[in-house]
Amino acid sequence: MMHNDAIVEVKGVGKTYDGGVEALKDVALAFPRGQLSTLLGPSGCGKTTLLKIIAGLIPPNTGEVWVKGRKVHGPGPERAFVFQDFALLPWANVLRNVAFGLELQGVPREQRHEIARRHIAEVGLGGFESSYPNQLSGGMKQRVGLARALAVDADIILMDEPFSSVDEQTRRKFQEELLDLLRHKQKTVIFVTHSIEEAAYLSDQIVLLSPRPGTVSRIIRPGIERSKGPDEIRRDQHYLDAVDEIWQILKQYVV
Amino acid sequence: MRHPAPPLAALRCRSRRTPAEHESVKPRRLVASHVAWQLISFAFFFGVWEIAGRWPVSAAFPPFSQTLLALVAMIADGSLAKAYVSTLQPLLIGIVLCGIAGVGFGIGMGLSRTVEWLTLPVFIILQAAPMAAMIPLITYLYGIGLTSKVLAVVFLAAPVIVMNSYKGIRNTNPSLVQMCRAFLGTRRQEVVKIILPYAAALIFAGLRLGLAMGFIGIVIAELLITPTGIGDLITYHSSVAEYPSMFAAITSIIAVAALTLYGLERLERALFPPEIRGS
Repeated sequence: MMHNDAIVEVKGVGKTYDGGVEALKDVALAFPRGQLSTLLGPSGCGKTTLLKIIAGLIPPNTGEVWVKGRKVHGPGPERAFVFQDFALLPWANVLRNVAFGLELQGVPREQRHEIARRHIAEVGLGGFESSYPNQLSGGMKQRVGLARALAVDADIILMDEPFSSVDEQTRRKFQEELLDLLRHKQKTVIFVTHSIEEAAYLSDQIVLLSPRPGTVSRIIRPGIERSKGPDEIRRDQHYLDAVDEIWQILKQYVV
Repeated sequence: MRHPAPPLAALRCRSRRTPAEHESVKPRRLVASHVAWQLISFAFFFGVWEIAGRWPVSAAFPPFSQTLLALVAMIADGSLAKAYVSTLQPLLIGIVLCGIAGVGFGIGMGLSRTVEWLTLPVFIILQAAPMAAMIPLITYLYGIGLTSKVLAVVFLAAPVIVMNSYKGIRNTNPSLVQMCRAFLGTRRQEVVKIILPYAAALIFAGLRLGLAMGFIGIVIAELLITPTGIGDLITYHSSVAEYPSMFAAITSIIAVAALTLYGLERLERALFPPEIRGS
């Protein structure tokens, strides 16, 4: 089950914001194809900055990001982003929001709506096509965000704390469905979170970042058998060990 | 966030005795309360006016009934309609000019740092300048004709229209812009599909506030430059001591301004319901 080819490579990336805050320093990482990797760390460790650098939304000061063997100079069609604050157009209904990536690419209306409908059903929002974002709960909004990212059919899905504004029950349900959905899709997912359980539950690979400036502190591969059901995973010894190991490391960063 | 502070502040300090007051305070209350309460409120106001007129507060203050009769007479003999044709002409020309050039400038300032650097100071100064003081200058340069009156409207209305458009553009949710870039939107798509729709509600509100300022501008111009239209009715009837007719003219311009702006606010709510608007 080990894929050794890395679809995303981060080489010596550093980022200092205007005003002198050093967010990231000399980060080197490889993200294996078809796996789910999480970037985990205390707040202010630059994990979102790193994700946005991989997305091509923020340029790094030093170092390079390579995606599928090409150096990144900006956003690309092989990467799709899921935003922490959902970033949905308030004046557009669910259908148009999900189809928005395709709309920007110039896909004809009928075609992009058909694709969007399929992905809306896939994330469990069938019947809400003509609803507006303000009529949806946080969990549903994030499903729209996920469907929009799936609709452009990118190989890599970048998720920036997608569940942080969603309540705990919705979050668990969504995590389970996300795993289920991604298992069939062969997508590479890079996922930013500050939840230890979420990282251990979802990930093939967990990247622990140290705070200010963010550097790679440890890489953990929980080695959980993915064919197990969600409740079994949460009782799995590998899962419990991973949670414990992560906490032992993160503990030292908590003031 | 709906009305940025400077335009509203500018509006308030000018609107003491003008139609704009109705625009900025009343409609929101009207919408909230019941129609019956609105009618009672009007009846009460006109009742107090009637009593105050009969008291009498002043020889120059007619009761409501006489004012109403004078208004009917002015409508009947066509003098009111004639006055409005000449008053609304420079107002409309001025607002259309501001609507095109002002919104254009505002959007330009919002999108480009260079345009912002060049033009923002001009509009900030215009916004702060007491317009009545500039009327003699306008008259000196452009005479007493239509041009001067249009300019008076433009000078008053342009700043709020430009500033609202500018702020609407600048306030665009950065996360939406980033989303557009992440999904490979071009700069053009970013402007057309994200920034302009986001700013639309604020731009429209700017046009509405601009019209409120335009009403002030045109009445000031008609009173200070040459008496024409509604300004002529007010000055003439005042000079011959026909106070009911003078008050009828004043009341009618207040009513026209208030109703127009109330209608525009309703239209704004219909076009940009708060739930789905960007800004």
